[in-house]
Amino acid sequence: MRKGPSLFNVTSVALGLAFLYLPIVILVIYSFNASRLVTVWGGWSTRWYVELWNDAAMLEAAWISLRIAALSATLATVLGTLAAVALVRAGRFRGRTAFSAMIYAPLVMPEVITGLALLLLFVALNVDRGFWTVTAAHTTLTMCFVAVVVQSRLLDFDRSLEEAAMDLGCPPLKTFFTITLPLIFPAVAAGWLLAFTLSLDDLVIASFTTGPGATTLPIRIYSEVRLGVKPQINAICTVMIAVVAFGVIVAALLAKRGELVRARRAAKA
Amino acid sequence: MNVEPPVRRVYVAGMADGNPEPAASRGAAPGLKPGRAPWAVPGARPLVQFEAVVKRFGGVTAVDRVSLDIYEREFFALLGPSGCGKTTLLRMLAGFEIPTEGRILLDGQDLARVPPHKRPVNMMFQNYALFPHLTVEGNIAFGLRQDGMAKSAIAARVKEMLALVKLEGYGWRKPHQLSGGQRQRVALARALAKRPRVLLLDEPLSALDRKLREETRFELIDLQDNLGLTFVMVTHDQDEAMTLADRIGVMNAGSLAQVAPPAAVYEQPNSRWVADFVGDINLIEGIVASVGLGETVIGARAGGRLRVAQNVEAKPGATVWLALRPEKIQIDTQPPAAFDANCLAGQVADIGYLGDVSHYKVKLDNGLALKVSIANRVRLVERPIGWGDRVWLSFAPEACVVLTQ
Repeated sequence: MRKGPSLFNVTSVALGLAFLYLPIVILVIYSFNASRLVTVWGGWSTRWYVELWNDAAMLEAAWISLRIAALSATLATVLGTLAAVALVRAGRFRGRTAFSAMIYAPLVMPEVITGLALLLLFVALNVDRGFWTVTAAHTTLTMCFVAVVVQSRLLDFDRSLEEAAMDLGCPPLKTFFTITLPLIFPAVAAGWLLAFTLSLDDLVIASFTTGPGATTLPIRIYSEVRLGVKPQINAICTVMIAVVAFGVIVAALLAKRGELVRARRAAKA
Repeated sequence: MNVEPPVRRVYVAGMADGNPEPAASRGAAPGLKPGRAPWAVPGARPLVQFEAVVKRFGGVTAVDRVSLDIYEREFFALLGPSGCGKTTLLRMLAGFEIPTEGRILLDGQDLARVPPHKRPVNMMFQNYALFPHLTVEGNIAFGLRQDGMAKSAIAARVKEMLALVKLEGYGWRKPHQLSGGQRQRVALARALAKRPRVLLLDEPLSALDRKLREETRFELIDLQDNLGLTFVMVTHDQDEAMTLADRIGVMNAGSLAQVAPPAAVYEQPNSRWVADFVGDINLIEGIVASVGLGETVIGARAGGRLRVAQNVEAKPGATVWLALRPEKIQIDTQPPAAFDANCLAGQVADIGYLGDVSHYKVKLDNGLALKVSIANRVRLVERPIGWGDRVWLSFAPEACVVLTQ
């Protein structure tokens, strides 16, 4: 038997990665373009990063987007996890089918409809549109994604672990926090990251529900692009990619370090 | 929690002959072990009492009016085929299932309103249910932490438990870094750490391979002896139940078919079902011909008269079953000389050689087929009895039991 990946495997992995990441790589390269024209290569330069640093409106939009994304992702994670627990654990309660259908509906609902519906709701409630309405809208949008991710983890979660904890004297709520939550944490974290990125990139719902003083980054970029793509936009996108990549790498390293520490302890004992 | 120092089990009241038996002789003598039969003591207070417990899941009755007393320091095994309700019974004692009807008492206290985390019983789960994100020490200490025990006391107890299950030096490992046998020990240590009033074991050895399972059996016995705890085990493995238990409760379709010490379950099954479920058995249907003077004569339905050294509670003419274990039959190539034995002639239909024993299937002249097993005491190079050989089967009147139900 041959060792190592076959030519077929290498090719398919390379093609897959190229499909996913080639556009991003091009974007990153062009963010260092010295030319004012986006499509013409004029040598290496960091001038667009300097210009970006001086573009207060763009930075403000990025800051708003990050805050909305972090806040709505956190809210969505709490609500989505609770919904997943209810769906998996509560057994066959009255209206369970309706509840699960309602949880999943936003997954397939066109964003235009969700956005319009929320806009009508906020108008009817006479709420001032802005930071908080976008946060609430993003929470409703992303909560169902978290619920789906967490639910799939909970479905193959071994219930006897919880029973064992209770058997050893741990009350039910404490069992959830000391046993269940740590074990489903990867799914919860993945749900949070998913919600964060969904919120960060949402344009449609945000433009329906936002108001003065709460222009998110996608809205800002979109309105600028309508006047022609400026090289700053490549720069800010590269920065966002760097932030996300940094977060993912740190998380992975933390997990790896935890493993190493445990292994060293085991070796010492 | 009520913590008692480890003592040898000694029952003073009602002791049969006053000699506390050493633990080593456990399982050696058939029948009740002297000094080890609290269930036979009138007025003894049971530790666990099931009172007409019923459990239904939807329309399915999993446990059907089970009443059972389990005594302090007893090793009780619930034995039955899968789906007979034995695990449900155990889970009701742990508090994971609520009885539909009836009561469960522990130390005379009704457990109905006591949630699982407040019951002084601990369970060892079939799949061990070790917390994968905690170390071995973390797993063992988990229950102690819930009690708010002092840190130093927890550390001492964990150390003691690791020594008890011979896992010193493994405290920092995670469950996935252990072998199956080691995981089983951690699960046992975790369940024992709190010194429960009753330790529940759900198929404790079923995930181990055969050799390890047999070794672990004897370790479990020693553990229970040394700690002086009450064990209730659920198993579908009758060897396990026979080796480990003081008493076995044989379960069938939600009810207890028989509750007796292992030897009694084997030698004096109370029904055809129990006789058939525990071990191998030949059941011969017949009609009572005469009863009296410690002897019953039964006319086998297939033909032939059989004598049983037992007064059967059945009138002549009643249909009964004669239960005969395969190892209690003697097989010869010539008609036996002894006249008092029951004797049947036939032909060998099948032979199964297992090394230590050989199983013969003999087709009798009256049409019945009997299973016979013979211990291979001498090296068997050339089999003395072969396929198709004409043989005579004989068994003493004391060797069989008559079953009326």
